[in-house]
Amino acid sequence: MEKVAKKQGIAEQAPLLQLQSQQNGTPKRRKWLQPQENIPYHLYLWISVSSIVILFAIWSLLTYSGIVDPLFLPTPTEIIQSGITLFTEFGFINDIAITIYRVFAGFLIAVVIGLPLGILMGTFKVVEAFFEPIISSIRYMPASAFIPLFILWIGVGEMEKITIIFVGTFFSLVLMTAVEVSNVRRELLEAAYTLGTSTFGVLRSVILPAAIPGIMETIRLILGWAWSYIIVAELVASASGIGSLILESQRMLKTSNIIFGILTIGALGLLSDLILKVAIRKMFPWNYGR
Amino acid sequence: MMSMSNPKVRIDNVVKVFSGSRKHAQVLAVDHVSLDIMTNEFITILGPSGCGKSTLLRIVAGLEEQSSGHVYLDGQEVHGPSSNRGMVFQAYSLFPWLTVEENIQFGLKNKGVIAARRKEIAKEYVELVRLTGFEKHYPKQLSGGMQQRVAIARALANDPEILLLDEPFGALDNQTRTLMQELLLEIWEKSNKTILFITHDVEESIFLANRVIVMTSRPGRIKADIPIELEHPRPYNIKTTPRFLEYKEQLTELIREESLKAMQEAK
Ligand SMILES: Nc1ncnc2c1ncn2[C@@H]1O[C@H](COP(=O)(O)OP(=O)(O)OP(=O)(O)O)[C@@H](O)[C@H]1O
Ligand SMILES: [Mg+2]
Repeated sequence: MEKVAKKQGIAEQAPLLQLQSQQNGTPKRRKWLQPQENIPYHLYLWISVSSIVILFAIWSLLTYSGIVDPLFLPTPTEIIQSGITLFTEFGFINDIAITIYRVFAGFLIAVVIGLPLGILMGTFKVVEAFFEPIISSIRYMPASAFIPLFILWIGVGEMEKITIIFVGTFFSLVLMTAVEVSNVRRELLEAAYTLGTSTFGVLRSVILPAAIPGIMETIRLILGWAWSYIIVAELVASASGIGSLILESQRMLKTSNIIFGILTIGALGLLSDLILKVAIRKMFPWNYGR
Repeated sequence: MMSMSNPKVRIDNVVKVFSGSRKHAQVLAVDHVSLDIMTNEFITILGPSGCGKSTLLRIVAGLEEQSSGHVYLDGQEVHGPSSNRGMVFQAYSLFPWLTVEENIQFGLKNKGVIAARRKEIAKEYVELVRLTGFEKHYPKQLSGGMQQRVAIARALANDPEILLLDEPFGALDNQTRTLMQELLLEIWEKSNKTILFITHDVEESIFLANRVIVMTSRPGRIKADIPIELEHPRPYNIKTTPRFLEYKEQLTELIREESLKAMQEAK
């Protein structure tokens, strides 16, 4: 009742609205602030764009006007300029390439070993019982804390960077894959058995296809983490890569280079995430039906 | 007459005790149930909720192991699930990554039927459950009733010796449910499959069956075995005939006693 009264109050203040509500029979509801209600796509887009514009405007205002020391925060122009010099004079593209290479090498090894292990753990309790205690406990040891140890063990070469990515992603990947697999509905397995599938046959013909979209989402999530691990790895004892450039720039007080480096790594993460997101939707249309 | 031939399925003194744990007491779910199912019979099992109907069916399917007793198919004792006993679950048992026709072909593929023949059989069963035009749809794109029709087609396409259904229409609305009952009956009349069907709906149990088995509240025992002597084919309006209503009254009374018992126990 109270809600209705309020609406009528609004309608009285705005004659146009009242006219509309009379024409439509029922009063037009304002949905913007309804919990979980969808809003029109264009409105959504405009709101999203405006947030970026506002952020950019505040940044420009603070820097161009000279309120903020450029050493603290440079202007957008400066950052673009330093980006251009980084590419043209300092071979930044090579740093990007080496960073991407490290992330993918480390992550690929984690996936190649972790996926089968996770699937087996989710399927067979014996495998789970064996690996779960070790993997669960290592999972909560931060990969970055291992860096000094790895440097002692394997030096500061590529292998060390790749190992950090591997350690940072492998254990969570295994456990989350196992959870996806063990969440496959029991009925699906039972239906398969009554249709003549063997005990091991269900692994390939039911468990894998049922769990793979969730596993791909897991991979997507964890790849996101890999991008931050690589920067940590490159900040410590590295002569190449985006992280090392960021550290180098800090020594030379090149704030604009630091920010450009951060933006680059963000863009790389976003891009890989988007590619996977679209690929997953394309690969598993049945999971996004209707 | 029937008792002279060998039963298709013999359930012999089956008992199921779910073992307890520190938190749960042990549960006697099925208590010495014996039942002979003849070839081409359509048997419905009627019982109050929680009386052990699903457990019994799952034991016949081989999905659950009995504590004692035996299940025979054509005189051979069965252990574990197999494609000779087809199963239709209450809901959501289709493989969501397969289309309608691929779902129906699932069992045939296991049997090693060649692709062309599989396709033919799938087409036949798609027609039987009246889903022509939906062959390429994924389960998510179908209504609940359509999904259950696919589940039935999937089980039938495998040509099992007996079809086991566990409240397959339980999640459907009344109208859809009635239509599905007619469809299943029609399929049974055409194909002469042996069917064991679980329900807690009195009307459904009479409309479909040659014999209604009434179970007691937990622990599940057989309380009554009532042959339904209504003619075939059965039109849907048979449900309003005096003879049907007589059955209904009799069974309602039987099941009511058990439901009351179950409720009192729960207190
Ligand atoms: N896996 C299990 N572990 C322990 N107890 C179980 C298990 N499955 C079933 N039970 C118990 O066995 C009894 C019978 O269960 P069942 O599912 O067979 O009943 P039902 O007749 O199918 O009931 P409904 O009509 O509600 O489906 C119930 O009391 C239930 O709690
Ligand atoms: Mg049940």
